Amino acid sequence: MKGYAGKYLKVNLSTGVVGQEPLQEGMAIHYLGGLGFGARTLVDMVSRGTEPFSPENVLAWWPGPVAGTILPTSSKFGVFALSPLTGIFGFGICSGGFANELKSAGWDGIVMTGRSSKPAYLFVDDGNAELKDATKYWGKTTWETEDLIKEDLGDSAIRVAAMGPASERLVRFGNITTDKNRQVGRSGMGAVMGSKNVKAVAVRGTGDVEVANLDELTKFAAEINERCQGPKTEKYRVYGTPANILVHNRIGCLPTRNFQSGTFEGAEEVSGERMSRTHVKKILACTNCPVACDHVNEVKDGPYAGTVASVDYESLGQLGPLCGVSDLNAITKAVALCDELGVDTISAGVVVAWAMECFEKGLLTKDDTDGLDLRFGNGDAMVEAVRKLSLKEGKLGGLLSEGVKRASQVVGRGSDKFAIHCKGMEWAAYSMRSLQTSTLGFCTSIRGADYLRSGSYQVDVAGKVDRLKLDSSRGKIVYEGENQYAVIDSLIICKFTRGVYTSFDEIAEAYTLITGIEMTGQQLVEAGERIYNAAKCFNVRFGASRKDDYPPPRAFEEPMPDDVVKGARIVREEYDAALDSYYEGRGWNKEGVPTKQKLIELGLTKEAEELGA
Amino acid sequence: MALSQQKTRRIIVCDTDKCNGCQVCEFMCSIAKEKTTNQKKSRIRAMRIEPFFNIAIACRKCEKPVCERACPRDAIRVLPDGSIQIEKDKCNGCGWCIESCEFGALRLSFDGGVAFTCDFCSDFGEPQCVKYCPKKALKYITLEEAAKESVRDVLLNVIDKGGK
Repeated sequence: MKGYAGKYLKVNLSTGVVGQEPLQEGMAIHYLGGLGFGARTLVDMVSRGTEPFSPENVLAWWPGPVAGTILPTSSKFGVFALSPLTGIFGFGICSGGFANELKSAGWDGIVMTGRSSKPAYLFVDDGNAELKDATKYWGKTTWETEDLIKEDLGDSAIRVAAMGPASERLVRFGNITTDKNRQVGRSGMGAVMGSKNVKAVAVRGTGDVEVANLDELTKFAAEINERCQGPKTEKYRVYGTPANILVHNRIGCLPTRNFQSGTFEGAEEVSGERMSRTHVKKILACTNCPVACDHVNEVKDGPYAGTVASVDYESLGQLGPLCGVSDLNAITKAVALCDELGVDTISAGVVVAWAMECFEKGLLTKDDTDGLDLRFGNGDAMVEAVRKLSLKEGKLGGLLSEGVKRASQVVGRGSDKFAIHCKGMEWAAYSMRSLQTSTLGFCTSIRGADYLRSGSYQVDVAGKVDRLKLDSSRGKIVYEGENQYAVIDSLIICKFTRGVYTSFDEIAEAYTLITGIEMTGQQLVEAGERIYNAAKCFNVRFGASRKDDYPPPRAFEEPMPDDVVKGARIVREEYDAALDSYYEGRGWNKEGVPTKQKLIELGLTKEAEELGA
Repeated sequence: MALSQQKTRRIIVCDTDKCNGCQVCEFMCSIAKEKTTNQKKSRIRAMRIEPFFNIAIACRKCEKPVCERACPRDAIRVLPDGSIQIEKDKCNGCGWCIESCEFGALRLSFDGGVAFTCDFCSDFGEPQCVKYCPKKALKYITLEEAAKESVRDVLLNVIDKGGK
């Protein structure tokens, strides 16, 4: 079994004992790596009733079998835990050199349990791993921590993944940062580190990553590399994901002012095209990526002059149009704050936009906002709100750091109606009412409102379906997408290359060249289905049911005001039919619980017994 | 001598505007030269200086190679094309050559304790890092050609801006 290192680290933070476990071949074949291993770990190790911030929660780091090899965009890893934001399956997937380094050090992953009695970080030095004192790094930003640990260990090539001051304070959507610009985002994996007193993981790997067929894999990689310079990835290369701003604005699905509308009068000013001209200073690539989508901004003038941050569509959308802000300097500053202090840009944008709507409706006053004039469009106030929530500073910071669901429960008075989330996860920058297949996918996602679990927005944006309504044909689109994405997230490769592969058979070919394990595209997708069901079982264990698979009231009750999609809203009966078709196609019951029969069919017999319907 | 050797020798030149830090050069180097995937065994080194500067550097074929003079065991020979050859039997891994090289173009192997450096893939006909650089940031050219390309880039930039 090549590709895999064959063993992983087990770290008991409470006792300080670091040990290792062999990776079983059956685990590799049935769960692939990444998301699959994460699902398996959480289902096996986190029992019903566990509190996310308790020592009983697990924090698992899993690259996939392709990490460390020449396969393009393969240096990726996922971090998995019961989420403190959503209370269900939590994880974030991240690029950068970390995954490659960990594989070079000879490890398939790291599973952490318990809680350290004092600030610590894990140093993996090839075959050796030890917990080291991190007291001096406590309070440092993610960027400072990365630099300081490299300096103290005396090796600038060491890779560091660190959480920031936000996660030390248990902000529920705390991120982990590596290589400065790369984040383990969404669902608060950094905050789980914070609860465990783990500041960072540092890795040095000097070993070979062996693959089954190096010559053929190298040819294969060269071909993919070549295709990555072609039309399928052009958008990412030229303007990066911010190219979406104008595309989405044109068809009325650019979330604006807390999802009140889908077009933004300032779209031109925050477009990828504009940003490229005025702010982008350099385009960067992640380790082993031939695409290079990372557009790094520099603020040249004004109060935020000198700020540097890599700004993608989601960050731009949620800290920009969603807050009514069209000032790229302020947006870049807010993204930099999120990255340095360690919070998720999407969640930060959504919770600030919600607070702005509360402020304009009089539900929050200047007394609640620590004096901030939190109107839509006030870029400086947005930046300050982001800083406050990242540090839990003042009344406002404390409120917003809990995420939009909890914050709206505190404020009450109907503010939950426009708290835009699903399962407590803040909604990404895709309109709910004018991209309705997308909305179904956001709501069935195992991680809560999530564009990255099925990519179902694509059929909407491409006009392959009527995006302003739903019907029973949509379930299949969503679950097929979910199964495929589960494979991509388990191997793990970058979704931006999904279009350059001709089929899953081709991806299976790469898997076989790397591992030596025979695999077909069909088998991969079956593994994807197994993985998705395992993760769903975890959510069922934590009480998830049909009622959690709905968008917020705004999606049903308020018609879109924009000319291009005027009147669009989700019709409840249509949504129900689409959701039914999803459950039915998945082999789940009407409550969204996988049936025993389906789980047994997928080899999830233990789960069938405990959780199956 | 009409042209100095320096002008006629081809080296690996990196366009720092195009280089984005993907490190594919390092991967391809280790595969070509060591038949494995291990960036730490690469002859070319990709480096990022935060936040905006990226470069990949290999042996520069110096006119008067300091590494050769630094080696206390005469393990380093300079070949006619300017590239450096390290005799493994003589090298004891003291690292003086590495210290002496201003470009960090030599490395010490982890297992054998022997220095190694770029041989410009003499066995492949062309440097594999150059062949596989996704953005064509790497070129195997003479410094004279590199200078001409720089001038051309300046002019193209001017034309792009409409002569302004």
